[in-house]
Amino acid sequence: MKIFFAFVRKEFWHVIRDKRSLIILIGLPIVMMLLFGFALTSEVKNSNVAILDFAKDEATQKLITRIDESEYFTVKKTLSSENEIKGEFQKGEVRLVIIFPPNFQNDLRHENKSQMRLVADASDPNTANITINYASAIIRDFQSDLSNNKKLPYTIDLETRMLYNPQLKSSFNFVPGVMTLIMMLLGAMMTSVSIVKEKEMGTMEILLVSPMKPIMVLISKAVPYMVLCFIDIILILLMAVYILDMPIQGSIVLLLAESLLFIITTLSLGLLISVNVDSQQVAMFISLVGLLMPALIFSGFMFPIENMPLPLQVMSNIVPTKWYYNIVKIVMVKGLGFSYIIKQTLILLGMTVFFLTIALKKFKIKLE
Amino acid sequence: MVNSVIHTKNLTRKFGDFVAVDAITFDVKPGEIFGFLGANGAGKTTAMKILCGLLSPTSGKATVAGFDVYKQNEEIKKHIGYMSQKFSLYEDLTVRENIRFFGGIYGIPRKELKGKIDALINRLGLNDEADKLVGSLPLGWKQKIAFSVAILHEPKIVFLDEPTGGVDPITRRQFWDMIFEAASRGITIFVTTHYMDEAEYCGRVSIMVDGAIAALDTPDALKKQFGVENMDGVFLQLARGAKRSE
Repeated sequence: MKIFFAFVRKEFWHVIRDKRSLIILIGLPIVMMLLFGFALTSEVKNSNVAILDFAKDEATQKLITRIDESEYFTVKKTLSSENEIKGEFQKGEVRLVIIFPPNFQNDLRHENKSQMRLVADASDPNTANITINYASAIIRDFQSDLSNNKKLPYTIDLETRMLYNPQLKSSFNFVPGVMTLIMMLLGAMMTSVSIVKEKEMGTMEILLVSPMKPIMVLISKAVPYMVLCFIDIILILLMAVYILDMPIQGSIVLLLAESLLFIITTLSLGLLISVNVDSQQVAMFISLVGLLMPALIFSGFMFPIENMPLPLQVMSNIVPTKWYYNIVKIVMVKGLGFSYIIKQTLILLGMTVFFLTIALKKFKIKLE
Repeated sequence: MVNSVIHTKNLTRKFGDFVAVDAITFDVKPGEIFGFLGANGAGKTTAMKILCGLLSPTSGKATVAGFDVYKQNEEIKKHIGYMSQKFSLYEDLTVRENIRFFGGIYGIPRKELKGKIDALINRLGLNDEADKLVGSLPLGWKQKIAFSVAILHEPKIVFLDEPTGGVDPITRRQFWDMIFEAASRGITIFVTTHYMDEAEYCGRVSIMVDGAIAALDTPDALKKQFGVENMDGVFLQLARGAKRSE
């Protein structure tokens, strides 16, 4: 045990001395969270809206105020005829025009039913889609508030409904994504590079000639990175909750336990790489191309797996990141319990055991 | 032989059909400086790996520090020191940290280790450099530190695998003074080298050719036997007959 601590202490010295790895360990998660959170956001905030209000009654006023107050819209203009709409879009100042028919409030009161029209500038279809969805959400909100103290509910005909993420908040998507990517990068790449570095420097030879058991050498190399990855997970979660306002719906303990399992998966991948490779460059290359790329493509974080051709969909199943990403979404976003992620957990566990067994077998053969 | 620190009898290691080490038999006495010579590919490294407990032999017998290479390699590892031509120290650790780490993995108790580190740094005259990164030191110093680290836990035998590669002649000479000093304290030195002037410093020298030991004696006796002036001559005569090369 003393030997083990001597080793772990030395490993921390390595990390602290190496400014580059320190930056990667601490800086990367922060930068990624901030980038995805604020810069690379797919949310469309502060879109300019024009209002064409033929009713000009109390209900439309309330709704307009509500739209204006939301962080997604700013009411820029009030129009007076439909002819002006095209002109506004051509100037490119507004993305969305909201049209109220005459007698909006009267219709609601007497017929419990009214209509609205949303016209979006669809030259940028994604943005148009998103703004329409935001607006619909606000209108639905308004409608249900109004209906609360009425016998017969009011209806304003609008159809889309977004489960779990009514505002299409992108953090629900990217926080689990960043977690998987960071773990893959740090767990697998840093571990494999640090082991291969010992081979390159010739220190591995000295370690193997020492009374330390070869397996212990590998474990002692992996443990410090396990601790660091775990710290990173906590860092990411703290940022998600306190900076990006993304609550953790499910059990934190369950989330951390599953994260630990995934960290061990990535570490065993790192070990697997390091026993097969003799230079740091190759180790890094394999980690990036062989692990990070599939993690990016097949986790479902950037590209929906459902839209991929069937062979790629099948392939995605052998990528461990997909399962962890799944787990994080289910626990963190949907707030469901362990019974919903048993399958994913077992798959990850199986993969981990598989990678570890091969890595250790290979390592023993190499020693011979 | 009861008195031997290293004892081998017909020690053989095959890789498939290839016989890397072919029935070598020799004994090394305590405190001896034993030169283990041979051209590249002659089987030195394989033989050394077996003696260090890293590799199992195919057949034959061998004991190191009284322990069997087949069954007791963990015990062997506790009683030997090892230094390779790369002077393997951690460049991003300071001198003191390197010594502390290697002392730690050999299980030297913490209190004892602290005194040892200070004594060692004093002896090497590295008081000003103790807290500098090893990467910033000249090669000759790294080599001395690596050797001191290899014998820090007072092993019975220390294996030196081409310990003076790439070092200038003056530093090499100083390094050999350290070797003599360690040997006079009773540590057995098992050293491989390509420098024939260094072979002259050894008590006895074995020369491997094609996996087998072609000659084994004191440098003087070998020179007489082959009728040549220096060890270079002995080595060339033997190596010329080799069938294997790299």
